[in-house]
Amino acid sequence: MTMQSSLDIVARSATTTPSPSVRQGVEVAKLIDESKCIGCKACQVACSQWNELSDDIGTNVGVYDNPSDLTDKSWTLMRFTEVEDAAKGTMEWLIRKDGCMHCADPGCLKACPSPGAIIQYANGIVDFKQENCIGCGNCVTGCPFDIPRISKKDNKAYKCTLCSDRVSVGLEPACVKTCPTGAIVFGKKEDMVSYGNKRAGELKERGFQNAGLYNPAGVGGTHVMYVLKHADTPEKYAGLPNDPSISPLVSLWKGTLKPLAVFAMIGAVVGGFFHYMKVGPVEEKEDEKESA
Amino acid sequence: MKTSNELQRYDDNTRMNHWAIALLFFAAGLSGLAFFHPSLFFLSGLFGGGTWSRILHPYLGVLMFLCFLGMYVRLWRENVINPQDKDWMAKAGEMLKGNKAGMPPVGKYNAGQKVVFWLMTGSLLVLLLTGILFWHAWFPDFPIWARRIGVLLHAFSAVVLVLTVIVHVYAAIWVKGTTRAMTRGTVSPGWAKMNHPLWYEEMTRK
Repeated sequence: MTMQSSLDIVARSATTTPSPSVRQGVEVAKLIDESKCIGCKACQVACSQWNELSDDIGTNVGVYDNPSDLTDKSWTLMRFTEVEDAAKGTMEWLIRKDGCMHCADPGCLKACPSPGAIIQYANGIVDFKQENCIGCGNCVTGCPFDIPRISKKDNKAYKCTLCSDRVSVGLEPACVKTCPTGAIVFGKKEDMVSYGNKRAGELKERGFQNAGLYNPAGVGGTHVMYVLKHADTPEKYAGLPNDPSISPLVSLWKGTLKPLAVFAMIGAVVGGFFHYMKVGPVEEKEDEKESA
Repeated sequence: MKTSNELQRYDDNTRMNHWAIALLFFAAGLSGLAFFHPSLFFLSGLFGGGTWSRILHPYLGVLMFLCFLGMYVRLWRENVINPQDKDWMAKAGEMLKGNKAGMPPVGKYNAGQKVVFWLMTGSLLVLLLTGILFWHAWFPDFPIWARRIGVLLHAFSAVVLVLTVIVHVYAAIWVKGTTRAMTRGTVSPGWAKMNHPLWYEEMTRK
């Protein structure tokens, strides 16, 4: 809980004044190297164990995804995709560890109406503060990656915290610590970018011409990044968006029109007041009254 | 001080219907404005905090819509726009400057009142339909693109409704003798002759 008191915050939901942001830490990032992932789900287990989550037993939906989707109690999920190439007669098994991307420009935070329910730390972690969450679901509407889940138990929103509690005391996230193949690494964002690019270069040398780092600029970059063998077609990986950004509908909804509308509503009342003072009321004439 | 020549404008049921809508408008409106912009979040305190506002707002809104349906059934025929309304609209600017002399005679409702009626009808319908799209407690499964359209149109029609109500309330304050139509049900003949001469004729012909 050190993070909560350390006040190294860059953005808070539904807040128009500056956040306590004098302390500026180093930006961190988690890098997930898809080419090294064996789909063992140890990261899912470590996440549940560290965060004291125990999801309900689900049902087998015919694929390896287990559970079948992210939930309020499953903050990370291996998504398995079989990609067939009819021309070559090959099949490829793509595995992506899904979860919050910790966007530099978080759509959830932009959409949230409750002050301080979503905060972005100076290190890049976007965290939900459930005690301030009112359960409206606007974060679901705002997220370009379909990550937040609303609990049926308490109507609060939950997602990956990037183990903000661990990171604040100098530990790596639980999934990083447990990954047996080293597919998940954690460190300074700039180090992770250069490491990711290096890994992509190695994959290219091995014949994966379209390998690359997934750090989408449309959301200002992310603090969870992927090394993908097919970075040109991220959609192959269970629908990872190619060029994600906050939806224009959400930007319009939460953009400059809102304060203008507040001014318009206040202006209508003030305008009415001055109209009355200038023009005066519409009244029956005295003689009309008498004759009536 | 009821005199015999006062004109009945609204019966008891219509008035109670109107005030039920008015109260629900403030309840749903203030709880909704709490989420409209951070500067208005303090309004959630009136309803017991953010979570309670989120819980209550949609029920208040649905209730307001249902009450408005009663008003709609009662009043829609008298609010159908007719060709003379165009003339009234063209001269409305002069009237706002305080020059009421040139206004064409109107019946029970003038063009401005009719526009208010239809703006309220339209915005409430859009508020209901779009509100359902992101009423997470009951309808968590609408696709995210539908929720995005929903929140945008919901906020837009809420602004339209609030502005319309401000105009509606101001008109009642501005034109003296109007509010009693809704508080007591009757208006004076002088008021009717001046503001709704055709309706006055219709009422006195009986």
